[in-house]
Amino acid sequence: MTKKYRSKKAVERGTNAAIYIILIIISILWLFPFFYLIIQSLRGESGIATAYFFPKEWTFDNYIKLWTDTKDYNFPKWYGTTLIISLVVTVIQTTIVLITSYALSRLRFKLRKPLMNLMLILGMFPGFMSMTAVYFLLKLFGLTQDMGLVGLILVYVASSCMGYYISKGFFDTIPKSLDEAARIDGANRKTVFFKVILPLAKPIIIYTVLTAFMAPWGEYMFASLMAFGDQSYYNVAVGMKAMLDREVINDYFTRFCAAAVTVSLPITILFMWLQKYYVQGVTGGSVKG
Amino acid sequence: MAQTTVSELDYLKMTAWQKFCYKFTGFFKRLPLLFLNFFKITIPAKAKKFWQTVKGCGLTVGRAAKYGDWKTRTSFILFGFSQLARKQWLRGVLLLVFELVFILYMALFGGQYLGLLGSLGKLERGEHLDEYGNWVYSEGDNSLLILLYGILTIMFIICFVYAWYKSIKSAYGTQLMVEARRKLATAKEDINALNDEQYHKTLLAVPLAGLTIFTIIPIIFMIFLAFTNYDQYHMPPTKLFTWIGWDNFANVFGSGLSQAENFGYTFARLLLWTVIWALFATFSNYILGMIVAIIINKKGIRFKKLWRTILVMTIAVPQFVSLLLMSQMLGDNGAINKLLEGCGLIQPGNPIPFLTDGTLAKVTIIVVNIWIGIPYTMLISTGILMNIPEDLYESAKIDGAGPVKAFFKITLPYMLHVTAPYLITQFIGNLNNFNVIYLLTGGGPLTSEFTGGAGKTDLLITWLYKLVMQKQLYGMAAVISILMFIVTAVVSLIVYNRSSAVKNEEDFM
Repeated sequence: MTKKYRSKKAVERGTNAAIYIILIIISILWLFPFFYLIIQSLRGESGIATAYFFPKEWTFDNYIKLWTDTKDYNFPKWYGTTLIISLVVTVIQTTIVLITSYALSRLRFKLRKPLMNLMLILGMFPGFMSMTAVYFLLKLFGLTQDMGLVGLILVYVASSCMGYYISKGFFDTIPKSLDEAARIDGANRKTVFFKVILPLAKPIIIYTVLTAFMAPWGEYMFASLMAFGDQSYYNVAVGMKAMLDREVINDYFTRFCAAAVTVSLPITILFMWLQKYYVQGVTGGSVKG
Repeated sequence: MAQTTVSELDYLKMTAWQKFCYKFTGFFKRLPLLFLNFFKITIPAKAKKFWQTVKGCGLTVGRAAKYGDWKTRTSFILFGFSQLARKQWLRGVLLLVFELVFILYMALFGGQYLGLLGSLGKLERGEHLDEYGNWVYSEGDNSLLILLYGILTIMFIICFVYAWYKSIKSAYGTQLMVEARRKLATAKEDINALNDEQYHKTLLAVPLAGLTIFTIIPIIFMIFLAFTNYDQYHMPPTKLFTWIGWDNFANVFGSGLSQAENFGYTFARLLLWTVIWALFATFSNYILGMIVAIIINKKGIRFKKLWRTILVMTIAVPQFVSLLLMSQMLGDNGAINKLLEGCGLIQPGNPIPFLTDGTLAKVTIIVVNIWIGIPYTMLISTGILMNIPEDLYESAKIDGAGPVKAFFKITLPYMLHVTAPYLITQFIGNLNNFNVIYLLTGGGPLTSEFTGGAGKTDLLITWLYKLVMQKQLYGMAAVISILMFIVTAVVSLIVYNRSSAVKNEEDFM
């Protein structure tokens, strides 16, 4: 009996060891690109890649040049553009998503179901194709070229009400009795929204803010279309892709790595900090704690 | 159900694999019927309902014309007159202002575009050399703007008709209220209602305006574009384009005359790869991510938080950074090949074509996508896994089930049930996954087999991007968009109908 028990324990120890090995391999595989990215951003030699892992010459030059040498590639401007875009988008998008999902979750009106179906169907069209039309609409309103920033922000936030699913799911879980109690006390629907529901919605607000803030940093498709090849209207994603063009990549690869680190660092820190809310949002409240 | 053609006894005698095949084929056999039902039952029912609504509106208008007093009847032409005459200032003024704006718009702007919509412009931009040898341009029609503003005008007219109906209905309503000696709503009460019974209007006004202008109108525009010959030879403002009917669709389905290129073949091949990609990308991430979550969750494994944090870091780093980096590392002159060369594992000048060989590139893309996707699934499934009742596993263990069997019989069904909506959105998202393909391979390697600049790893969405940005075949691109919409819609309809979890969620609401 005891022997059998012991052998069972040995098997357990064996599997655990195997799991540790797997986990270590996974960690290496997942961290290697980032580790490589940081090391490359500090490399002194130019070129796309070297046949050795650690550079022979360490330097901060790539970072310094990235922020000072703006002749060919104006990274500070791209960074500023993207930062402004993502801040404004965050504010507007969060507002729109919250009010839409509150209306669809809590208020009852005739067009509620048709509206939800409409948004579901609209979401199935490849959004890219209609960008030509959007571009001309923006031109009609005078929101291209110098006002391109405003145009791009409008494009990002205009359809954001279609992303109501997750926060509507959250509002659905807040008990209706809370609303009813407040309404018996004489509150109108507006007061209910601002005084009862919103204070309870902190996790979903943070989730929406986080996703809204992160999205513009990686947005390539629309930004490249709106910029129409004009460098000064690039966002970081389009600009950094331009650094990897075949003609210039040999000179700019290490600088690209420095740019990548610069862009990733703040977002990574923010994300790690607010990770809990992200998980809650994605799993739609099915996870407690 | 599928059991209609095979007796229940026969069905029960089948092995699991046979059952699966049976259900699978049965589903596809029923598919035409589903479509038929959609056209035979769903659409007529909707049409009938719509017709009844229109009839109801007509009746209201008729009643207002018949029984209305002179104030109400004047409202037929002068919006808001009835309300103004009965001292409902706010409503009356708003309606009147809307009418004036509409008339001004039509007279100054909309009318001319509406007239040109049928031909999309007649006058081409003229150009000739003046006596100094400079090009002089004379103003011509711009088909693109005519189409766009024409659509805008039509939308505006629809709004106007609706407002006209509302105005009459409300005018007649006010008259009845006055006749019954009931108190009319004051402007203050109207505004208060917008914060209470009518609060949805206040909340949804701005979001829906944005949706209409930047999503609905562009989509309508795109659908119309599919019936035009808008391409690099018909590029406004220098040239006009015009309506060509179904020619673009004929091109895709292989009987095209104007362009002897095999769009149909390219479309079919890319569609196949798109579906294969979406299946692999979704399910490989899902299963592998879950397995990673399970082994991290296993009792006796330490540093759980550390392992999770390492994986989660990939979500935090913007995806385009990791994708661009990966594309550089895996290139022919990239880090991986250089390092392998440095170690002497491969010959110099003979790199592994991770991204330049058609088949290997597809494998690479799926593997890189796994690298990107596993952390998401891990993050999501970790919490749900902890919610699975422990005694299920205990009893499975007593019944002699190993960990593999327990995974397929307990973990997977439970997870599928809870995360079905997530899985569906993932699948649809992958069908249109622009970033992974475009930033990794750019759709390459190119091949002469395909047309329109498509490469071997192009998805339909990246091909679309190329058709617009490089080839400027706007008309064709619009057709491809519509076909893509149909594919996505069919897939999502099927999945939504099949997934019980979605239905339960609806019940819950």
